Amino acid sequence: MPVPVLLATDALFFTLFALLLAFAALARRRDHLRAPWQAVARSRIAVAAAVVLASYALVGLLDSVHFHPRLEPAGPHGGATHSTEVLSLFDVLVGGLRTQKEKTYSAPLATHLYAKEAIEGPAGADRGYPRLRYGGAHLADPEHDRADDLVLRIAQGIALAALIWSAMLAVAAGRRGRRAGSPALRSAVELLQGRSPYPTRVLFLSLAVVLVLCCVTARLAAGYHVLGTDKVGQDVLYQALKSIRTGLVIGTLTTLVMLPAAVLLGVMAGYFRGWIDDLIQYLYTTLNSIPGVLLIAAAILMMQVYIANHEEAFASVAERADLRLLFLCAILGVTSWTSLCRLLRGEVLKLRELDYVQAAQAFGVRHFTVLRRHVLPNVVHIVLITVVLDFSGLVLAEAVLSYVNIGVDPTTESWGNMINGARLELAREPAVWWSLSAALGFMFVLVLAANLFADVVRDALDPRLRTTR
Amino acid sequence: MIAYILRRLLYAIPILIGVNVITFVLFFVVNTPDDMARMQLGQKRVNEQAVASWKREHGYDRPLLVNAAAPGLGKITDTIFFEKSLKLFRFDFGQSDSGRDIGYDIGQRMWPSLAIAVPVLLVGLLINISFALLIVFFRATYIDVGAVVLCVVLMSISGLFYIIGGQYLVGKLLRLVPISGYDTGLAAAKFLVLPVFIGVVSGIGASVRLYRALFLEEVNKDYVRTARAKGLGEGAVMFGHVLRNALIPILTGIVVVLPLLFMGSLLTESFFGIPGLGSYTIDAIDMQDFAIVRVMVFLGSVLYILGLVLTDISYTLVDPRVRLA
Repeated sequence: MPVPVLLATDALFFTLFALLLAFAALARRRDHLRAPWQAVARSRIAVAAAVVLASYALVGLLDSVHFHPRLEPAGPHGGATHSTEVLSLFDVLVGGLRTQKEKTYSAPLATHLYAKEAIEGPAGADRGYPRLRYGGAHLADPEHDRADDLVLRIAQGIALAALIWSAMLAVAAGRRGRRAGSPALRSAVELLQGRSPYPTRVLFLSLAVVLVLCCVTARLAAGYHVLGTDKVGQDVLYQALKSIRTGLVIGTLTTLVMLPAAVLLGVMAGYFRGWIDDLIQYLYTTLNSIPGVLLIAAAILMMQVYIANHEEAFASVAERADLRLLFLCAILGVTSWTSLCRLLRGEVLKLRELDYVQAAQAFGVRHFTVLRRHVLPNVVHIVLITVVLDFSGLVLAEAVLSYVNIGVDPTTESWGNMINGARLELAREPAVWWSLSAALGFMFVLVLAANLFADVVRDALDPRLRTTR
Repeated sequence: MIAYILRRLLYAIPILIGVNVITFVLFFVVNTPDDMARMQLGQKRVNEQAVASWKREHGYDRPLLVNAAAPGLGKITDTIFFEKSLKLFRFDFGQSDSGRDIGYDIGQRMWPSLAIAVPVLLVGLLINISFALLIVFFRATYIDVGAVVLCVVLMSISGLFYIIGGQYLVGKLLRLVPISGYDTGLAAAKFLVLPVFIGVVSGIGASVRLYRALFLEEVNKDYVRTARAKGLGEGAVMFGHVLRNALIPILTGIVVVLPLLFMGSLLTESFFGIPGLGSYTIDAIDMQDFAIVRVMVFLGSVLYILGLVLTDISYTLVDPRVRLA
């Protein structure tokens, strides 16, 4: 048995996921909570974005189950020993991607190295492009066979995707058919025609696109480096996929970390007014007046000093990198909680003058109970909107901060670190474009989906904040 | 009016003191000067003597808050808090950890930063407002929908992409302008074109979307309907009424960032090798020069608070309904 490892961010990440599930369960039973999310589910854009976000989240979750892999027993009577390395479930699933390292750069789907080298041939040493160790290694004659092999693999991928897709459609149609009492086949056609209150056609279309992309990539990745390899020969696709977790952690945990303080202080400032309000306003104005990047830079520098002087406090490199990631989330939270706090204060200032709050106060209900029962439920939508709106900005911020060396630990896989490592590659001849494009592309898709989804959520939860008509 | 401005400035003082205390805690209490010295000297060849001499050289060998050994007023003034933190209020920035005069460096590097930030702001404003007006002119058509989608797409692209892509396309493939560098006087222009262009492009998505929302809000107001009813053309309505009224939130929103233009842009300046305050900050972070980072944190806060005060004043200037309270 491998020994499970629960890193700090894993624990918080799973907590967040559990909170989401709990909220979903609660919202199912309450009409007024369900209504806005039904409106979100009716939006075609939101459904398509949600499919993309869900596939990212799946990778992120799989990549958050960490453990020490078991090593082969050392001797006949030695028990099982465990590696100090920390792997995730995702690493196991992608198999060879992690370990199959080439010597240096190779282009996407290439069979030969990017750089010329001296090759020992039967006719003596010759300068040429050596074959890759893993990429296309199964081909006897790469120049001739590669195109056929690629087409075959793409076709297999599409077939696999079609199989999974039909299975999903069959399950959905079966459930729908049983509820409506109609044959499953007709339900399937109805689902594809979108004859339902929800945009099922868009749902299955976007599922199809995502599935085809995943399956084709998986088939190709079994024999090639789909997005090439970087300077030290590491597979770029693997790095980009591993970076998903970092991006998601920064995007979600930052808001989660700052949420308790922001909600508590914002609500208190608006509700109690007077000197409490003054104090809290002073606090967030002061923090807000320090430019965010500089505060982060200062805090990360101090963190580096602390780590350098207390190296013995960390059990493993992974743990140290993880704590730094969590610290980055916390400090990003410190720089971004003020806007939510201000919004909440303003809203509570309005709420406290409403009749039902005044009535509760007149009845002598305790402040804490008034806040819990009458005020908090009425500001939840603001919190939710902030969480989804902030997400994309934070993902983008991670890349910039890592680029400036004040982001995540250099050993953590992240899009910012990938871009940072590849900053001079475009200047090579021929240009090494794949690392950069992979990082930027993966980030772009996530941020775009998050932006589109956030807009719909905002319109559904608070029509007054609507910017599009 | 003068009394109002004075009062607003007085409000800023406790906030600045707060910022000062935060930076002091962050830089001297979380990690002691000893830790800093060890970090700077490298972990290997560290001994008590080296640490002590490093601290003496950089003036970190005083006690933090109270110097019991010093005579008279020196009990308070001969401390790190007084020397390193309180002196910032006099804009006396002292020396960087590598021994240079920070105040002089800032004075030198401020101009290249401004040379990029000001054109980016002005050109960006012009372009974004024109685009937003154009979109509002075609409101509720497919052009409108397409433009909004395009804005969201532009917003979703990382700022790093605009810089890297722009440098590759314009600098390397087309070879129109040098990729990076800087020069004095008018010769700097050819180095500035590309960063300014990229700065403008990377801001288009978010700004156009915001301005479009502001314009749309105005378009549906009563006075606009009145203007149409009395027979004004669409152009006169747009420029004479909608633009003039929507400009109030746009311009006051910009006032707050005006002072911060001095600080320059971290990314742009470091990519294009422009010797401004942005690249100054980045270099300081890379070299772990705590003195410079501390000064930049303080300077940034001062400029931000100045921006807030200016915003309040500008509100009262452009909108007579806002009273001087």
